[in-house]
Amino acid sequence: MEKDKFNIVVFSGDMDKVLAAFILATTSAAMGMEVKMFFTFWGLNVLRKKKFLAGKSLLQKMMNFMNRGGADRLPLSRFNMLGAGPALMKVLMRQSKVPDVPELLKIAKSLGVKLIACTTTFSFMGFSKEDFIEEVDSYAGAATFLGEVREGKISYFI
Amino acid sequence: MNPDVTLDCYGLLCPMPIIKTAEKFKELKIGQVLEVLSTDEGIKTDMPAWCQATEQEFLGIEEKGGEYRVFVKKLK
Repeated sequence: MEKDKFNIVVFSGDMDKVLAAFILATTSAAMGMEVKMFFTFWGLNVLRKKKFLAGKSLLQKMMNFMNRGGADRLPLSRFNMLGAGPALMKVLMRQSKVPDVPELLKIAKSLGVKLIACTTTFSFMGFSKEDFIEEVDSYAGAATFLGEVREGKISYFI
Repeated sequence: MNPDVTLDCYGLLCPMPIIKTAEKFKELKIGQVLEVLSTDEGIKTDMPAWCQATEQEFLGIEEKGGEYRVFVKKLK
């Protein structure tokens, strides 16, 4: 029997929204679905290595200096307070044994979730593949995602 | 009920008990019964839903003072 497909676009780069995306992705993989996560725009920050500089042109470098990447340093969508909010949230989550984004990323990979990075954002932000973590499965565009959505049982956008 | 294997998920919140159950099931043989210990109330509906989606047998749940013992049989 072919597996049902679950697709999710991770547009947001906020910790809370990315957590929700990973919780649904890992749970549906645990429920036997074939899961693909498409990271685009701010969502690409989840898959970026923690590098000081990224980008080719000066403008891209300036943008990426402000828009820092790294799964463990995503901001909160509310009460970010220059990073105090996420730090507090991480403590609360640890107290309740809730996995953080880097841990969920590992769980997702072990359950066979595919992580796909959007090539358009990738290009206009001036990234290179060295700026991304090894866990990325492939790089693709909107048509690839829509092809999956057509065949998918569930498709979400966060 | 006599389980073959017990999985301790005390203190873990959704979705971790389900994810750990799915991982544990890969190690089990067909016909074996897994007991999942949990303090997450969500498990009452999450485990039957997981069993239905993955076509495993939900045998039942015992509740005692906010602690849950869930029994699941591996069918495939």
